[in-house]
Amino acid sequence: MGISVKHISKSYDKVRALDDISFEVKPGELFGLIGPDGAGKTTLFRILTTLLIADKGEATVAGYDVVNDYKAIRNLVGYMPGRFSLYQDLTVEENLNFFATIFGTTIEENYDLIKDIYVQIEPFKNRRAGKLSGGMKQKLALSCALIHKPKVLFLDEPTTGVDPVSRKEFWEILKRLQQKDITILVSTPYMDEAALCDRIALMTGGQILQLSAPEAIIASFPKKIFKVRTAETYRLIQDLKVFTQTHSAYPFGEYMHFTSMESDFKAEDLIRYLKGKKHKNIEVLETEPTIEDSFMELSK
Amino acid sequence: MKRFIGFIKKEFYHIFRDKRSLFILFGMPIVQVMLFGFAITNEINNVDIAILDHSKDANTKQIIDKISASKYFSIKDFLDNERDIETAFKKGEIKAVLNFEKDFSKKLMTENQATVQILTDATDPNTANTISNYTSSILSSYQELLNKDISIPYQIGVQTRMFYNPELKSVFMFVPGVMTIILMLVSAMMTSISITREKELGTMEILLVSPLKPFQVIVGKVVPYILLSVINAIVIILLSIFVFSMPVEGNLFLLGAETILFIMNALSLGILISTVSASQQTAMMVSLMGLMLPVILLSGFIFPISSMPFPLQVISNIIPARWFIIILKGIMLKGVGLVYLWKETLILVGMTLFFIALSVKKYKIRLE
Amino acid sequence: MKNGNIIHVKNLTKTFGDFTAVDNISFQVGKGEVFGFLGANGAGKTTAMKMLIGISKPSSGEAQVAGFDVKSQAEKVKRSIGYMSQRFSLYNDLTIRENITFFGGIYGLKKSDIKTKSQNLIDELDLHDEADKLVGSLPLGWKQKVAFSVSLLHDPQIIFLDEPTGGVDPITRRKFWEMIYREAHKGKTIFVTTHYMDEAEYCDRVSIMVAGKIEALDTPKNLKEKYKVESMNQVFLKLARNIE
Repeated sequence: MGISVKHISKSYDKVRALDDISFEVKPGELFGLIGPDGAGKTTLFRILTTLLIADKGEATVAGYDVVNDYKAIRNLVGYMPGRFSLYQDLTVEENLNFFATIFGTTIEENYDLIKDIYVQIEPFKNRRAGKLSGGMKQKLALSCALIHKPKVLFLDEPTTGVDPVSRKEFWEILKRLQQKDITILVSTPYMDEAALCDRIALMTGGQILQLSAPEAIIASFPKKIFKVRTAETYRLIQDLKVFTQTHSAYPFGEYMHFTSMESDFKAEDLIRYLKGKKHKNIEVLETEPTIEDSFMELSK
Repeated sequence: MKRFIGFIKKEFYHIFRDKRSLFILFGMPIVQVMLFGFAITNEINNVDIAILDHSKDANTKQIIDKISASKYFSIKDFLDNERDIETAFKKGEIKAVLNFEKDFSKKLMTENQATVQILTDATDPNTANTISNYTSSILSSYQELLNKDISIPYQIGVQTRMFYNPELKSVFMFVPGVMTIILMLVSAMMTSISITREKELGTMEILLVSPLKPFQVIVGKVVPYILLSVINAIVIILLSIFVFSMPVEGNLFLLGAETILFIMNALSLGILISTVSASQQTAMMVSLMGLMLPVILLSGFIFPISSMPFPLQVISNIIPARWFIIILKGIMLKGVGLVYLWKETLILVGMTLFFIALSVKKYKIRLE
Repeated sequence: MKNGNIIHVKNLTKTFGDFTAVDNISFQVGKGEVFGFLGANGAGKTTAMKMLIGISKPSSGEAQVAGFDVKSQAEKVKRSIGYMSQRFSLYNDLTIRENITFFGGIYGLKKSDIKTKSQNLIDELDLHDEADKLVGSLPLGWKQKVAFSVSLLHDPQIIFLDEPTGGVDPITRRKFWEMIYREAHKGKTIFVTTHYMDEAEYCDRVSIMVAGKIEALDTPKNLKEKYKVESMNQVFLKLARNIE
């Protein structure tokens, strides 16, 4: 019931959306495709949900070939496209009913699977879908994608544009679904969501930069990272850029993340340099890398 | 089957919840029929005319009385000589002048031949044409009256004679055209828009990744519009019968069957349009430019096909509306049956099958 | 705030019927500050921002932006601010140069000014090869840089940014923040509305709106210390939970 992707490539006109992508998703896994807009995530989703045909390579979903067995796949996957794709002029209940009937089932029949989610939107069941908040829309869309008990769930950027509270709830829901033996492939541009997946593929420009468990990706970060802060952020950026020891220096919220070309670099070295540049309130601390640090290091 | 009914139910929700399309669906037919029936007609009413009577005898007086008695004309002025004619026209108060020649009665009695000159203001050619037709008609009926009174039956040599619908009602000519336009609009444009809307909203993506078969999606989209179009056709026919007292001479079942045939034709065109357009806007433009304009301009609805340049006459053959209007006029006005209309019917059937085959071929089971 | 405040908001309220979208908010933004204006969808931040940029009239309360009253001097407010949104900023079917000329024209810049300014902008962003290409064909990150520069064309004192970096790759996003810091360093005030909490981390101070009210206003550092959490995301979660 997993997913297998072998050497998939796809181009639109001159743009190479996917460039020789290969990976496996194990049955029951929560697998994340992490990358910014234009990384090729949506194209990959459409190939796997049988909506597009790849130029090269092959892929199977739950053992079925995405080109030849497209009918079988359409019966057993749930798909939530990137933008909100429900009928805005239908109520919550009508939407759900509609998707249940086209899959030849009823809400009652599969209620146990969607119960968790549906109780949260049930108070609004007579409201038109177009009038729901972002978080509610996304829960309704997920309910609709689950209504026929799919074996594999494809979620294309389900949390984009959704507030932090709803995002958190959504991920909690995914974790629970995973326990019901549903394989989940989810994409997101938010690096901080990577940690919630079993394994992730960091994607950019149609290629996979790295594929592993999130902790493993962080552990494989090749350098020591220092977070740096002084009283003047803008001058700090400029000064770190011209520092001869600098390997990378990126703004990271209220700090800068700094890595050096020397492996035995110490915080004191940097403090000394910044003092020389007349910075005040200097703060330099070694810190743990994040997925975002890995992503930037890999795509550098 | 349950899937299918669920789908159709959903379509009706869409239709009844969208105020704009509801208006197009039900307001449009009524507005259009009324517009064409009352405002845009070739009829004339109480047109101001002037008389220049050189004889002032019994016959001219009778003719003038007859004209002023008709509701089409009102006599505004009596002129004294030819010079006044131009002045009267220039003032713009009158649309026509009737000029009776000298010794009208005497000439009519002795030579069996007298002349009335009809001068019209041709800056508005349509009205001018109608005025001269109407006057000639009044004159010729007066002639028949004269003939009856004369004991020795001899002919009066007035040639002007025309055939039109006896009550001079142009609305009878317009109803088949309006019905054709509305069925085209509702069936083709609304279906193509409703299918492309799913593409635009992204819901088509979900429908594709579901066990629904493409033809189920299409037929599900089409069925509600067949129903609505039939209701529209009935509304139009009822309006024309009860508001404009239009006769329906032929068989009602045949009329119904031909109408459904044309609706299917328009729907298949709508599906075809939706397979080639990616957005609602494109679908609407294609429907308007590709369907509505030809229906209005090339179907013979407003401009007679026989007076079109040859290339346009050839093009008009591929426009389904042309054939449907012939069928409608045949059944409603002439009261003829399939014996006379089989050729047109066959052409429509052929076109419908062709469009359906093409749409099925063009319909994509994937996104590109 | 050493240079004084440039945005004063006092008891600002906006109601729609009996729904209060913005409920009696007050705050100040200092000159040269990068100010984050956060809140979930529907918390009222867009309504509040619309009042500040002079396109929506407050129901009650007052606000001064760049020294002008948003109620009575809306036109002057609009002239002293720049605006950039992620959703709409540039015309995709015009080239970079045409976009610059168009927006320059909107703000009433002289033809000669537009010419020199667009050349400066193109030099600065190193877009010589792309200047005459359609904006639609550019990568998202580049579009955003151009859009930001365009919002600076008429030399506004305050720049309003609406979710400027959502969905952008991490490196481009940081380059964008470098541009923002540069402008702040030059003395421009940056007002960022967003519901992406990681964008909040970059601001000097942030305010968090929940259900029409400002529930927190401080530096990210102080807020995180106050709520004893690691990130602004968690600050937001705690705040939103408390309200519910």
